[in-house]
Amino acid sequence: MTLEEIKGRLETHIPGCQVSIVINGSPSAQHSLLIDRQHAPEIARFLRQDSELQLDFCSNVTAVDWPDHEKTEKIKTKKIVDGVEKEVEETRKTITPGYLEAVYHLFSVCKKEGPLIVRIHTPNRAEDVTLPSLTPVWRSAEFQEREAFDLFGIVFEGHPDLRRILMWEGFTDHPMRKDYVPPPEDDLESLAVR
Amino acid sequence: MRQVLSSEAEQDGLVEISMGPQHPSTHGVFRMDVRLDGERVVRLKPVFGYLHRNHEKIAEAASYLAAIPYTDRLDYLCSMTNNWGYALAVEKLAGLNVPERAEYIRVIVAELTRLQNHAGMVGFLLQDMGASGTPLMYAFREREKVLDLFESLSGARMMCNYMRFGGVRVDCSAEWLTQTAMLVEGFKGFLGEFEQLLTENEILMARTQGVGVLPRELAINAGVTGPGLRASGINYDLRKVDAYGVYRRFDFRVPLGEHGDVYDRYMMRVLEMRESVKILEQALRDIPSGPFIDPKAKLRGLRPKAGEAYARIESPKGELGFYLISDGSPNPYRYRVRPPSLINLTVLEDMCLGQSIADVVVILGSIDIVMGEVDR
Repeated sequence: MTLEEIKGRLETHIPGCQVSIVINGSPSAQHSLLIDRQHAPEIARFLRQDSELQLDFCSNVTAVDWPDHEKTEKIKTKKIVDGVEKEVEETRKTITPGYLEAVYHLFSVCKKEGPLIVRIHTPNRAEDVTLPSLTPVWRSAEFQEREAFDLFGIVFEGHPDLRRILMWEGFTDHPMRKDYVPPPEDDLESLAVR
Repeated sequence: MRQVLSSEAEQDGLVEISMGPQHPSTHGVFRMDVRLDGERVVRLKPVFGYLHRNHEKIAEAASYLAAIPYTDRLDYLCSMTNNWGYALAVEKLAGLNVPERAEYIRVIVAELTRLQNHAGMVGFLLQDMGASGTPLMYAFREREKVLDLFESLSGARMMCNYMRFGGVRVDCSAEWLTQTAMLVEGFKGFLGEFEQLLTENEILMARTQGVGVLPRELAINAGVTGPGLRASGINYDLRKVDAYGVYRRFDFRVPLGEHGDVYDRYMMRVLEMRESVKILEQALRDIPSGPFIDPKAKLRGLRPKAGEAYARIESPKGELGFYLISDGSPNPYRYRVRPPSLINLTVLEDMCLGQSIADVVVILGSIDIVMGEVDR
């Protein structure tokens, strides 16, 4: 089944869900589906149970951090200054707000097909970082969602046991985020005796 | 082992024990918080992170080429397959081709890796059951020969750093291939001897049959891969399913278990070693001459086009996947390892519930984990 067909199938079976195709520009040509977080558990259950798809094996679960993206553009406009027309250069800044992204790689063991790549976005990367957990659908996401919570700070709602997994309890930051700054005592080079 | 006082458990007459992190049967620094009713396990929570070094962050700060030596240190018994998984992901991301001879060399070193990993795993499993010494030393005698071959090929015994994008780092000589063929021939004798010692051993059967049963549906749903999945009777081997590299050309079978217990998981390793020997014989017979690396493949300063790729291989532990996102810069924007050792541990508690504490050690040994990969 092609991605367009899967998209159409999802839209007919789950009313109100928003699905879009994300094109991958690399030679691997592994395109993916972006789904909305409200319908994510329903979509996941459908993908697993649908007789045409039977995506019973969720292999890889991970997160990606996309910080705020700032773009500066120089725009030339004509203005009339002191009665003379002049070309004035203006710089404009546009900020695309950042978000956190969870990525699921789904396969079918009985049909020996895959991967279907599913992505879910959080609205931003500061206040609203919750996503629905897909562990109730695929147990294999249990430790991997815990890892995404630990290292990226995505809060998975409905996860049976959401605790830090690799960092220690009491650690407060999320080290895989792009803007993470390690504490000064971690810089062993500067601490080394010279 | 350390007894932990927890008022909640004490009220129910239960004992809480912290197994590890320095317990000899935990295969590295790994801890299990176990709650016991007498000798029966009623709860088991694995605790990770003692070996965590944020491998992914290190690789995201390094160039594509510089990440290869770090992958050696994931599952430090199987550096060759780790290299292969990563090289395959980069090849998909950048659209590189691999010459024939390099594909064959990759198959040969990967199957040698599987032989030494499975032999070592069986040795450790028996060691955990109290058969101290003999099976492990037999296995390590063979592993030593494989490591000698790796050393003469790549210069290193364990941290091989051997594969490159579009091929391998150095070519193998005709003499090396002859030595490998001799090892494979000798390995058959070792397997016969090993099986005679173990397969129908009464103590092994009593300790493993019916212990730690993993049902089929749970195995798939919990993402168990590798010999552990096939022991539960599911025919899913990536060498057949994806047929990456040149695996399509070899004639081999995928052994399947019936009961999904520890004994089946032991048998999977032994039978897979026999199939690996078959693959090795065919690969050594058919290896073509030619270039060992694509001369057009760029190693230093590789900048793949923006995009992403997920590649997976059948490592001795299970499905080893690499997920890369490129933004067109010389280092990956996102680098992710799908560690089979960690994900196979998802079902550890399910397999241990109701078993005795002595069986926990055996069940853990049958999963075959390496902490370098679990904690990354």
